[in-house]
Amino acid sequence: MDLIVIGRAGTLLFICTILNLLLCSGGEIHSTTTAATIWPPVKPDRPQAYPEKEKSNLPLFTMNYSRIQIPFEIALWMLLASFAKIGFNVYHKITIWVPESCLLISIGLIVGGIMHAVKEEPPAVFTSSIFFLYMLPPIVLDSGYFMPTRPFFENIGTVLFFAVVGTLWNSIGIGIFLFAICQIPAFGLQDIDLPENLLFSAIISAVDPVAVLNVFEDVAVNEQLYIVVFGECLFSDAVTVVLYNMFSFVVELPVTEPVDVAFGVLRFFVVGLGGMGVGILFGFVAAFNTRFTFKVREIEPLIILMYSYLAYLVAELFAISSVMAIVTCALTMKYYVEENVSQHSCTTIRRVVKMLSSISETLLFFFLGVVTITTKHEWNWSYILFTLLFAFLWRSVGVLVLTQIINPFRTIPFNKKDQFGLAYGGLRGAISFALAFTLPDNIGRRQLFITATIAIILFTVFIQGISIRPLIEVINVRRTNRDTETINVEIHSRLMEHTVAGIEDLCGHWNHFYWKDKFMKFNNRILRKILIRDSRAESSIVALYKKLELQNAMEILDTVSGDIRFAPSIISHHETKKRSTKPHKKLLAADLKNMREILSKNMYKIRERTVAYRGKHALPNDSQTREILIRRHASIRRSLQSGSFQSMHLITTLLFFSPPIPDDHETKSEFAYPSQRSRFGKPTHSTSRAMMPMHRLGTLKEVPSTDVLNEQSSSTGQRVFRTHSSYSDSRVPHSHHLNSSFDNSSADNLRNGHGEADAEQEARRQPSSPLPAWAAEPRDNTARNPLLRRPQWNPSKK
Amino acid sequence: MGALQSLPGQAEYCDLTAKTGFSFEQIGVLRKRFKQLSHNEETLRRDHFNEIHDLTFNPIRAQIIEAFFDRRNFHEDGQGKVREIGFEEFVVVMSHFRPPSLHMTEEQREKIRKEKLRFLFNMHDTDNNGTITLEEYRHVVEELLSRSGTLEKETAKSIADAAMLEVASISVGHMEPDEFYEGITFEHFLKLLNGFEIESRMTIRF
Repeated sequence: MDLIVIGRAGTLLFICTILNLLLCSGGEIHSTTTAATIWPPVKPDRPQAYPEKEKSNLPLFTMNYSRIQIPFEIALWMLLASFAKIGFNVYHKITIWVPESCLLISIGLIVGGIMHAVKEEPPAVFTSSIFFLYMLPPIVLDSGYFMPTRPFFENIGTVLFFAVVGTLWNSIGIGIFLFAICQIPAFGLQDIDLPENLLFSAIISAVDPVAVLNVFEDVAVNEQLYIVVFGECLFSDAVTVVLYNMFSFVVELPVTEPVDVAFGVLRFFVVGLGGMGVGILFGFVAAFNTRFTFKVREIEPLIILMYSYLAYLVAELFAISSVMAIVTCALTMKYYVEENVSQHSCTTIRRVVKMLSSISETLLFFFLGVVTITTKHEWNWSYILFTLLFAFLWRSVGVLVLTQIINPFRTIPFNKKDQFGLAYGGLRGAISFALAFTLPDNIGRRQLFITATIAIILFTVFIQGISIRPLIEVINVRRTNRDTETINVEIHSRLMEHTVAGIEDLCGHWNHFYWKDKFMKFNNRILRKILIRDSRAESSIVALYKKLELQNAMEILDTVSGDIRFAPSIISHHETKKRSTKPHKKLLAADLKNMREILSKNMYKIRERTVAYRGKHALPNDSQTREILIRRHASIRRSLQSGSFQSMHLITTLLFFSPPIPDDHETKSEFAYPSQRSRFGKPTHSTSRAMMPMHRLGTLKEVPSTDVLNEQSSSTGQRVFRTHSSYSDSRVPHSHHLNSSFDNSSADNLRNGHGEADAEQEARRQPSSPLPAWAAEPRDNTARNPLLRRPQWNPSKK
Repeated sequence: MGALQSLPGQAEYCDLTAKTGFSFEQIGVLRKRFKQLSHNEETLRRDHFNEIHDLTFNPIRAQIIEAFFDRRNFHEDGQGKVREIGFEEFVVVMSHFRPPSLHMTEEQREKIRKEKLRFLFNMHDTDNNGTITLEEYRHVVEELLSRSGTLEKETAKSIADAAMLEVASISVGHMEPDEFYEGITFEHFLKLLNGFEIESRMTIRF
């Protein structure tokens, strides 16, 4: 089955390539090194629309390719890249062993080969302007927007240290050593002087986040390592660009003076801090702007994106670090914006950012492959080999030395394995590539540099990228155990955080938490008042729900005595069936996750809780409101059908069903967002379930709170009673709903609301006699809990 | 911190360093803080703790404060509560939060880990009977969730119940239908938090 799908995908890919090539070569304009003009000159051999003497009929079918050529080709390339991505993910095993970037580069190489064979020029993507203005911003915006702020700020010292000092160390070290190598006459490289070497080494010391983060996510390394690598990559981009500009300036100069060096250092600070300043400024303006957009919700995503992009461009205008600008803009903006905009806009923004960055990345790696084949190379074995060697060497030494320096300052020091991960994870990527292509032409050995850059990129991405995963697993780097968390662990980790926070308060510590607290206080008092719109009623979906629920409950109550049966809707049946056939495991995971989310989102936030960083390509898991409504209605209908509820349960019925099981990708990866969002009534996972299969613990007896249950006990139906809660800042009365089983005879029953323990117990007891029902805790506070051994109702076991 | 001035009672600090593993400077800092908290008296009482402004927002402040007055945390095999503590007990309780240094053997790490877990356990087990019952656990969970103001007690209860179930299933495994799960003992607690990196999370840099 897989093979067939692969075959199909492969053919599709191939066809698309051919199509692309045909069209490219059929087009009448060849791409030049600058963006092609929009208006191509008309070729003389095309039929002109002269009003000629002879009668020319109205053409039935004309084709004007040149008009649409550019957008068409762009779209095709994007599609091609996407097909490639789809193709990889069809066969999951590939992506485990070979990171996606490698695959994309390989496909790019193949396509490049084809293009070379047909003597076609690649599209002119790697001009500096197109890369830096169009392809890089989405990627960086994505990194900035989804950066987990708390771990990031906790580790910011380390991150900055590694990024700045590390990159400097790398570039200067490699540059000097390469210069030394160049002095050796045997290699024929003597025409490369020191500034050029330094320039080159600045280019190749830019670490690229994309490739390495893919791997780290898959392997689930511990959060610290992840954050440091992530942050380092982000900032090293900025540092590299600064260094590049500096060195390229120096290259131009005939003589370098100490003053220039001093200026260089100063410029570095200007660039870095300037970038941050611009970003923060734009972030605040954007946040302020969103305060007033409640009437025009549709353009909210646009505002966010445009402000970020503007921050980037403005920074480029002043030749300060645009990467830092857009990252800080996203960081600043996100917190306030997510409180101001509507739920839909929030989702839209996130999705759009993800989509854009995904496309950009894909295209980038793809073109890397293509351009590799089609550029003119100059190969010099010694230079390239020594480059590789020194790059690796200096990175390892650099990481070692830097961790020795910074470890005493860290709460959680890096052990040797982490250091290995750090050193080995220094993959080069797109930034180096782009910078190499923007080298000015007056450098004699430009082609050599380009070739060397490509070589090192390919080497690191392929060799290191493929081997890092088994290596990390073998040496057993500390992982996050995000999938194996139990509720207890969650509770205790929160407990611990609060305890530590409390003890720190006791100690009166003035560590970085102090500044953070100060900032939070400032934030709460001043910033939030300015930047956040006060009225939240419109976005409080929960308030709406409450209204609906109460209405419904009232209606039901009014009619309950009459034993009205609602006709089962198609939806409810469908829902039932759908739910009943879900496998156990998924439900458990979802339940646990819900519990965990409740815990994580509701712990108080003097210190922000740990954001469990699930991965770069994950979007936070929002609840699906429609599903909630549907299920809710279904359950009410079902309960009405069987006529089995007690009024006391329904008086304060408020139901929030769990969201359906999300698709795989998101199940594995999830963000727990700061709870500020939850407070504003964003419908998030707001359910908890009482997990009550306590049969084994002996005290839970069957709950025939309704007569119908007895009738239906013949089926091995589980009646699951769910406790639901909602969290919003309105005081939503919280209650339980008795959800009895249904009269369909599906053997699998509604098995919602089971915890792990339950499932095991159930599974083990499955072969035994019909299962009793589980009791939920009724609202009347009689704690019917197995752990307390107080059976409330008489069992009517079958 | 700086240079070590002549600290009052330096001799006794040697004992303290040996007992708790703090360095001289750290003990000096703690001494200053102790004096600050106790307004230069010799002992700390509960109301001194209540005066700490930053603690008021902490949902489990009661437990934290109690932990300081709990004899079981004094490493002395005592039980029960005291009404006031001296500097030594203060430091001993604080020593639970010391980060493990890089040069430690496995045993020492294990010991530290157990100590920290014991501290947590004592925080739960308010009635000193050596097990965490459901009520106690519920209490803790409620406290944890209390400040958010959005969850009702029922949720906290159900979460606590679910958590207890997990413990039961993890530590006891299969239980007879008539068995009753008494409570979490310390061994169960250890087992429960087996994979949990408490050494790195429950630390403060002094």
